[in-house]
Amino acid sequence: MKIGLKTISALACTLCVSVAVGGSAYAGPDDSSLIIEGQNIATDVKAPEGSAFDQLYSGWRFRATETQSLQEDDFENPAFVAVDQAIEEFHNVDGSAGKSCADCHSDVSDFKDVRASLPRWNAKTNKPETLENIINECRTERMGAKAWKWESTQMLGMTALVGLQSRGSAVNVQTDGPMAEWFERGKKLYYTRVGQLDMSCAHCHENNFGTMIRADHLSQGQVNGFPVYRLKWQGLGSIHRRFKGCMDNIRAKPYKRGSDEFIALELYVASRGAGLSVETPSVRN
Amino acid sequence: MKSGKYLAAALLLASISSVGLSGVAYGETTAPDAVKFVDDEVSKSLTGAAGNVESGRKVFANRKQGNCLACHANKDLASQPFHGEVGPPLDGVADRYEAAALRAILVNSKIALNEDTIMPSFYRLKNGVRTADKFVGKTVLSAEQVEDVLAYLQTLKDE
Repeated sequence: MKIGLKTISALACTLCVSVAVGGSAYAGPDDSSLIIEGQNIATDVKAPEGSAFDQLYSGWRFRATETQSLQEDDFENPAFVAVDQAIEEFHNVDGSAGKSCADCHSDVSDFKDVRASLPRWNAKTNKPETLENIINECRTERMGAKAWKWESTQMLGMTALVGLQSRGSAVNVQTDGPMAEWFERGKKLYYTRVGQLDMSCAHCHENNFGTMIRADHLSQGQVNGFPVYRLKWQGLGSIHRRFKGCMDNIRAKPYKRGSDEFIALELYVASRGAGLSVETPSVRN
Repeated sequence: MKSGKYLAAALLLASISSVGLSGVAYGETTAPDAVKFVDDEVSKSLTGAAGNVESGRKVFANRKQGNCLACHANKDLASQPFHGEVGPPLDGVADRYEAAALRAILVNSKIALNEDTIMPSFYRLKNGVRTADKFVGKTVLSAEQVEDVLAYLQTLKDE
């Protein structure tokens, strides 16, 4: 039996709204469809061959209606405060070269589809790069500016703005060639039990997605919507912050944001969402 | 179910005069590494005594302790919000499992249930890699807490 307590406005609500008492049935993803600004967002797609899933579902499909609706309208989406700030930052001159982002990238929409294929291989550094890496490389190499911290307001805003240019594009990361080794590394991390509570990513997000773990509706752990505006955080957060949160919950010592381990895991998890639309910046609880 | 196994275990136990040598550092309490599993069951109380039902009910619900409601629904605690669905509901669990089987599941679910289970092992020192510093060398629950939860679980019967 399920009792819905839909009393609190979704913005103020930091807890999930459904109360399950006495062993309710599998709740699964819901069957809502997501259209933003007239654009169709694929929140479920048939899983590619070799996937652990039959069907891939965006985390959006596991959220309460109130939370979902916040993402359906950019004026309601609380992440757009940061996006607007990032548009200003994009034109802000910073560093010894006296340049802004806009001096090289005249229109931010030049970044269309970039987010969909990240992390991608960087032959110069000889490792995969995330959007944070790409932005900081621009800042340090071309602008002569200081690198932004991974979880800084500026970095989150800029990854949201750049990522937004790929909204609606299908996730498609390279996993072969030089990426293969990193893919395997990420896969190994995904299936390794960690922490005193002794669970791997797969225990919750592969074997038990769709069920309630206390007040949380377990999703497939897809990362197509990052950076995400999380109501619990009252702000944007990176993929690596979310990884850290999971590891903390399991009483494990998290890897550092930007570490090789988290980059490998980001690659592997991104590959598990191949075909889902980029939703950046998404809203979750 | 496992009733055949229970019978076999009971017969086996009857033929063994004393099961489990006491753990040195834990006094009368059995140390995590010294818990004896026989046929995936643990017949001897970890503390040598019966647990306390009321304490066990609290440990069961406490999010920093058993946090059992994270995964298991339990009508006896309907006053608490948010019962999980990951594991089976525990209503009537005492009708389905003997105490020795329940104790084994609590102590080390990977032995008692299966090695791939999501369920934490509540009285085992060696868990996942990179265990956070403040939990290294510690079990999720103490021996006393395991016995208390067990005593509570044994009250969960379908009438």
